[in-house]
Amino acid sequence: MAHAPQSNFENPVVNWIDQRLPIFTMMNKEYGSFPTPRNFNYFWNFGALAMFVLVTMIVSGIFLAMHYTNNTLYAFDSVERIMRDVNWGWMIRYIHANGASMFFIVVYIHIFRGIYYGSYKAPRELLWIFGVIILLLMMGTAFMGYVLPWGQMSFWGATVITNLFSAIPVVGESIVTLLWGGFSVDNPTLNRFFALHYLLPFVLLAVVVLHVAALHITGSNNPLGVEPKGPQDTLPFHPYYTTKDIFGLTVFLIFFASFVFFAPNLLGHPDNYIPADPLVTPAHIVPEWYFLPFYAILRSITFAISLPFTDVVLIPAKLGGVLAMFGSIAILFVLPWLDSSPVRSARFRPIFKWWVLLCLVPAFFMLGYAGGKPAEQPYVLIGQLGTVMYFAFFLLLPIIGRIEKPLPLPASIANPVLGGNAATAK
Amino acid sequence: MRRLRTLIAAGAMTIAGLTSTALAAGDVPLPPAQTWAHGGVNSFLSFFKGYDYASVQRGFQVYKEVCSACHSMHLLSYRNLHDIGFTEAEVKAIAAAQEINDGPNDQGEMFTRPGLPSDRFKNPFPNKQAAAAANGGKAPPDLSLIVKARAHHEDYIHALLTGYTDAPAGFELSPGANYNKYFPGHAIAMAQPLYDSGVTYTDGTAATIDQQAKDVTNFLAWAAEPKLEERRRVGLMVMLFLVFFAGIMYAAKRRLWSEVH
Amino acid sequence: MADTMHAGDGQTRRDFIYLAGAAMGGVGAAAALWPFIHSMNPAADTLALASIEVDLAPIQPGQAIKAMWRGKPVFIRNRTQEEIDAARAVPTAELIDPQPDQARVKEGKDNWLVLVGVCTHLGCIPLGTSSGESKGDFGGWFCPCHGSHYDTSGRIRKGPAPLNLHVPEYAFLTDTRVKIG
Repeated sequence: MAHAPQSNFENPVVNWIDQRLPIFTMMNKEYGSFPTPRNFNYFWNFGALAMFVLVTMIVSGIFLAMHYTNNTLYAFDSVERIMRDVNWGWMIRYIHANGASMFFIVVYIHIFRGIYYGSYKAPRELLWIFGVIILLLMMGTAFMGYVLPWGQMSFWGATVITNLFSAIPVVGESIVTLLWGGFSVDNPTLNRFFALHYLLPFVLLAVVVLHVAALHITGSNNPLGVEPKGPQDTLPFHPYYTTKDIFGLTVFLIFFASFVFFAPNLLGHPDNYIPADPLVTPAHIVPEWYFLPFYAILRSITFAISLPFTDVVLIPAKLGGVLAMFGSIAILFVLPWLDSSPVRSARFRPIFKWWVLLCLVPAFFMLGYAGGKPAEQPYVLIGQLGTVMYFAFFLLLPIIGRIEKPLPLPASIANPVLGGNAATAK
Repeated sequence: MRRLRTLIAAGAMTIAGLTSTALAAGDVPLPPAQTWAHGGVNSFLSFFKGYDYASVQRGFQVYKEVCSACHSMHLLSYRNLHDIGFTEAEVKAIAAAQEINDGPNDQGEMFTRPGLPSDRFKNPFPNKQAAAAANGGKAPPDLSLIVKARAHHEDYIHALLTGYTDAPAGFELSPGANYNKYFPGHAIAMAQPLYDSGVTYTDGTAATIDQQAKDVTNFLAWAAEPKLEERRRVGLMVMLFLVFFAGIMYAAKRRLWSEVH
Repeated sequence: MADTMHAGDGQTRRDFIYLAGAAMGGVGAAAALWPFIHSMNPAADTLALASIEVDLAPIQPGQAIKAMWRGKPVFIRNRTQEEIDAARAVPTAELIDPQPDQARVKEGKDNWLVLVGVCTHLGCIPLGTSSGESKGDFGGWFCPCHGSHYDTSGRIRKGPAPLNLHVPEYAFLTDTRVKIG
């Protein structure tokens, strides 16, 4: 430990710094020569995209915070001042508002890729768990951020979601009062949500660092799901994947910019342009689109669970809904242990592949659809079916892993025995 | 690549569908689609469109002479009117015509003074309670953002303003309520605000109800999204840059990877 | 393989594409940065208050008022003839920041003195505008923070301040109405 590491950079300043703190050696090792499987497809762009969106959200958020007034009397008008008077304020705010949606789109695709190609399996379980923590932090941050403009949906969304905690037996009401800092969603609530909305992204960033650190210990998974066996299976991260990631980024930015500049309110709700009014509830309270699947799970538990053959209620409907909703995220934590198959990639898992594409994916979209509709038939039924499918996907994985006969795996990434196209990135 | 693109497109469409369908309401007919010079504040395929400022100016006249008796527009300042084509002098005159409450002065008293361009639009009522008391218990909504704050945006505002008819037989109207075809629940507290020749346009445009409704909607659309033209203009430049950049990066990526495949 | 290098034409075209890509990325990032930085500049509503109009009619000779302008006080003093004479009697050469009184007022409006009421030392607000406040040794203003004395022309006469009180840009709209800024 005591000797200075050898650095061989041409620039003497870089060399001087590197011998004292080898950040350049580290950057070169992790992002320059880092051996990366050569057969990534475009699904592997989404991690870098998520990182880009996170940085965009933090930067635009900091500049918005310079103009935002954190008080129920002024919050709404201060956001409108950003939209009307602050130089480029309209753009920064639309970037931030739509950036939240972009973040979830990118991360949902990133998660889908992780599931489809079995990226959560040993030795990447911890990497996966960090990812689920990131998702939870994102949800908390996004929820509190949506409250800040103090529109009707902000206020009533905050009221409904914080009220979920009242379902907890015995201490529920006290917890809700604690969350509010009062007897309803009000100025103290807005103040703490702003403080936390500013804090959590940095916590999130720290978990992202762990997520990436864990990734660089195990190395990336790849579409074949077989580990690289030698240098013939990998490429240096730079320039191959830096170039590919930047290309992917430009395509993503076209998508992002089309929302920001041409449809900035498409993903928002008109009611949030009405200032919060504690006396008037909007006709339909709907969360932002990225919460709709989970909102649908919440609403799908319309029945209490009783002791069989008695009237003794074990779990009232309200608590059941809350448990189901949190359970839908919690189950992701144990996914690496639910899946009993040793094969990673769905390409070589004939049952699992269709189980993902015909059960999990439709369930997600059904839930999203039902979550945006009023709580009436047939939407409740669609939501309940989606809930059953969602949980069934995970809970039947141990059985699928046992009955499934995987296809033969290729010997290595460079020598796929199956179909020549499996190893290319086209 | 193609598969991915299809996936993204499908996802975006689903999301768009989810958010818009959530708004469909009961037995109220959908507002008929109108043609707007700017395409609509939420219109996607209107890259080159901008506001019809002659109409926006007439709409301001309608707001000033009709709507502003009850409806505030507290997010707008008189100086903003410069952006719809009024000269500095005209803006100053429009502002000065209003008595603005100010104070307290050195004696601790509130006073009134002529408005300045930097003042917000004058609120017709001193506070929300007064507005509610003067209007049968419900304060008329502020109109600054009304076009963005209602589903169907411009079309809805226009439909509402032109949607007053006699109540159909058997429809129970409570006292003080008016029948409107497009208002959710049909019973609206606001009496029909626009009448033929209710205002006299200085540019000679015939002031039919429909014309006034269109003009004031154009004005309200501009008020809700004043940066619409700047947004689309910047957006086009950004798109142009990104498409070109993406092309270059695609070529760079192809060339680099051609050595690998 | 990765280390294969193409010679000749292919090489230069490839280099050009990489260079073009890097250049566009750099330009794009720099262009994207500007809106964020510019958002910290004064907003439209702030700029709308960059000039104010003040009615001078109620200010009697010998009196002064404070008006708020761009977040700072502006002193407007209706000087008596004695005060004007006192200001003009001092030889300019004796001043710390030499400037004749005539250069600090509008011609024909010699009684009206308009000053930014911020001490040029470290930004405190000098006393002397309201009646009863200390006007300092020279009958003008006195800054209590570090003891700077200003005369009836707002010029620094004694104390640590290096410069006279600033005269803002202003114009008379009418005889009794002045526009500052």
